[in-house]
Amino acid sequence: MKANPKKTILWVIVGLLIAVYALFPIVWIVSLSMKSASDIANRHFWPTNISWENYQLIFTGDAHDLFIPALINSIGICLISTLVAVVLATLTAYAVARLDFPGKSLILTMALGVSIFPVISLVTPLFNVWSKIGLYDTWLGLIIPYLSLTLPISIWTLAAFFRQIPWELEQAAQVDGATPFQAFRKVIVPLASPGVFTTAIIAFFIAWNDFLYGISLTSTSAARPVPAALSFFTGASQFEEPAGAIAAAAIVVTIPVIIIVLLFQRQIVSGLTSGAVKG
Amino acid sequence: MSEIVLEHIVKKYGDGFPAVNDVSLTIADGEFVILVGPSGSGKSTLLRMIVGLEDISDGSLSIDGKRVNDVAPRERGLSMVFQNYALYPHLTVYENIAFPLRLAKGQFSDQEIDRRVNQAAQMLELGEHLQRKPANLSGGQRQRVAMGRAIVRDAKAFLFDEPLSNLDAKLRGQMRTEISRMQRTLGTTTVYVTHDQTEAMTLGDKVAVLKRGVLQQYASPKELYDEPVNLFVAGFIGSPPMNFLPVQNRDGALHSPFGSFSLPEGRARAFDGAPELLIAGIRPEHFRDWELVEPEDQARGAEFTAKVDVTEWLGHELYVYLPFEADAEVREALEELDRDLDGESLRTQIVAALEPGSLVREGDDMSLWFDPANVMVFDPKTGDNLTRDPANARRLAERSEQMRQRALERAQAEGASVVGGKE
Repeated sequence: MKANPKKTILWVIVGLLIAVYALFPIVWIVSLSMKSASDIANRHFWPTNISWENYQLIFTGDAHDLFIPALINSIGICLISTLVAVVLATLTAYAVARLDFPGKSLILTMALGVSIFPVISLVTPLFNVWSKIGLYDTWLGLIIPYLSLTLPISIWTLAAFFRQIPWELEQAAQVDGATPFQAFRKVIVPLASPGVFTTAIIAFFIAWNDFLYGISLTSTSAARPVPAALSFFTGASQFEEPAGAIAAAAIVVTIPVIIIVLLFQRQIVSGLTSGAVKG
Repeated sequence: MSEIVLEHIVKKYGDGFPAVNDVSLTIADGEFVILVGPSGSGKSTLLRMIVGLEDISDGSLSIDGKRVNDVAPRERGLSMVFQNYALYPHLTVYENIAFPLRLAKGQFSDQEIDRRVNQAAQMLELGEHLQRKPANLSGGQRQRVAMGRAIVRDAKAFLFDEPLSNLDAKLRGQMRTEISRMQRTLGTTTVYVTHDQTEAMTLGDKVAVLKRGVLQQYASPKELYDEPVNLFVAGFIGSPPMNFLPVQNRDGALHSPFGSFSLPEGRARAFDGAPELLIAGIRPEHFRDWELVEPEDQARGAEFTAKVDVTEWLGHELYVYLPFEADAEVREALEELDRDLDGESLRTQIVAALEPGSLVREGDDMSLWFDPANVMVFDPKTGDNLTRDPANARRLAERSEQMRQRALERAQAEGASVVGGKE
């Protein structure tokens, strides 16, 4: 294809506009996190002086006890619920995509039903049940409800992904001498891995961003995740908004997400199945 | 190296419709058998039942005398080339070909795998592509990788499911000869599914013609061409297809829309109990331009006269199209045949393939010459070939079997020195 200079310039301008639109809030948060307490209300976009006091506050200062355990909780709970969701969803989605069994559409409909059920209506009954059976304020007490958020979407995305993998590949593997499980492990899993990674990232984000379960089903730093912990930040005095500290914490919790996306960026390559069969 | 025997094989799907109905075939060791038929004839289903990807509803399938109906595909020891190749996109060409060897754990050392893969790659001229991924290969190369994966291990038989249907015409011709050469060299039993009668005729030692799940005829290409059992086989084999004409059997002669003729003594006796209205089949290549036939031959032939509708000059042949009006009864039989053959009956006409030197052009009134001994006659109701000569069919079958044995021995004697040490 010949590069048309006019067209290229147009695309660059459009791309820049979109980037500015999308990045503006992030830049604003970054800028906010670098403003010192007295500088917050400076009525300017950029801080007058770059200050790290907000970061000091959450890592070593007063907010330290609130933030660090919450960060560990968040990472642990989200990783576990993502892992469980992806493993279960991979098996379920494979069955849904490949096998014909009674109740197949029921599974998909139920998964969809669960995912559109409003979280707020579940929180109160869950709170009661969890208190009774001792799951309140524990990791497991958050992992289970998070699965209800992450499993449905994982099943749906993975089922769609498995359906794209040609049936013939598995049959070819079986004719070549593979057991059904070998065919799954040596052919289907490598081909499905971009889909699995994509799903894992989506599931992780969902769990990572949850606020409602986090604030309702925890009471101490034993299990409280970061989004809930942020709401407990207080300013130096009652009249001071903790905006700077919250912004700094928000930046910190965004970093793992960015790292994960960058790490798996290469895995999320679409079109890996091209070349399997005559397109 | 093995014999595959199908006995009364039936495949019924959930709705009870038999996709394959009571098919019995014996595929001898080293034989190249083609399953051919129009779409929906059950040929691919039959192949998939042999390899084990479809369950067999009824009947028995045995490989080397052992019943394998309920044996998993991986234990049947067959290898298959899929229509869309089914290459593993995440593996290199080398690993694709080595895949079946690596699965047979412990059976092959790394050196042995390397030797076999390189040997297969050399045979298929894939040597320089071994480290590439399938996505970067052309259609013909992918096709060869799929074949490499099939031949790399000592499979009991090769199964091909329309392997050439995704290639363009030129490549298809090349690959056709390539497959034929490879099969002769390796001498491995091969079952090949196609809907293309040219592939069936050129590749097969024996061809099984299927129609809506029912085996019509299982014979050598020559026998199918010369002694088809019914209207369907006669119409399916040959290109352009056989011409079918309605004829009235009266007073010892056959009266067609283009003129009357009578069959030689022995052949005419066959339709003693047959209805008056019959279908005569004449192959396009059996017609000649009356003008170009030597006078001494003219007398023993019969003559058709008609107005030429269209001519097509191909260089080596001239096709002449002559329309005619058919009776309702015959028209119905012909239309049904056309449907069975995936065709659409636009008009009833005959096609004659004449010498390119013929001067006939559109709109001319012309005379066609043909030898009545080449005419086949079919019953329009049952479709049976009334002029089939079983003695000749047997002779043809024996001769093709002898030719096959000879070709196989010769190719393997030559191949042994080329390939070297294929256990």
